[in-house]
Amino acid sequence: MRLLVWNIVLAVLWAATMENFSAASLAVGYAIGFVVLLLMRSVLQEGKYFRDAWELIGLVLYFVVELVLANFKMAYYTVMPLNRMRPGVIAVPLEPMNETELTVLSNLITLTPGTLSVDIEECERTGRRTLYVHVMSYTDPEVIRYDIKSGFERRVLKALR
Amino acid sequence: MNDAIVAALLIVGAIFGLLGAVGVVRMPDLFTRLQASTKAGTLGVLFLVASAAVHFGEMGVSVRALLVVAFLFLTAPVAAHVICRAAYSVRTPLWERTGIDELREARSRSPGDEGD
Repeated sequence: MRLLVWNIVLAVLWAATMENFSAASLAVGYAIGFVVLLLMRSVLQEGKYFRDAWELIGLVLYFVVELVLANFKMAYYTVMPLNRMRPGVIAVPLEPMNETELTVLSNLITLTPGTLSVDIEECERTGRRTLYVHVMSYTDPEVIRYDIKSGFERRVLKALR
Repeated sequence: MNDAIVAALLIVGAIFGLLGAVGVVRMPDLFTRLQASTKAGTLGVLFLVASAAVHFGEMGVSVRALLVVAFLFLTAPVAAHVICRAAYSVRTPLWERTGIDELREARSRSPGDEGD
């Protein structure tokens, strides 16, 4: 059922990239999408997520606002003397989450300027994961941790669960 | 009116692109350069593509503009993350004014489970 939805999405994507949005290109897109999904079936099996459209829209809006605001901050660092920056690599302990959620979270963090995901380490004993983030400037690592956890992490988990 | 919007979007996009380029030259180490280039570049392209969509004002162009942005937003952070992670793994030096490196601290605490 879920794969069917994916297949339709792929078909529409394919048709949208074509010169004219026609039934023929939709059909071709559907066929190609079917082959792609067939090749990816082992990956797609993992956990079914249903998405609450509202939360997803909220996340997208929050992301766009963050993106624009933070780009101005980045512009400020680019133009100002370099000693205004104090970069660092900061550990952000993560809530338990699956691979999809982790991917979305780290990509969103990388896309918002001022923060860049460096690596993820998993604690062998507890299995808890820690995301290491490179920041352009910080005053207190706790503030960065709090911002990411209460901002992107909370919203990503709400939107994707 | 339409031309004014197109011009404004083009200028904003070009400014972000320029800022990204200036950042690459000015920033002191690989990680800060990566931050400057990936983000400003992404937002710059977003504005440029948006201006194209407004200029043509056709459904087909708009949908494709949206696709360009969507794929860019999917791929840019992955590339940045891979470069960043690889650079960190081969011990690319951080800027000397970098205040804190908790990944280095974590790895020196447990040298056994370093890398994969």
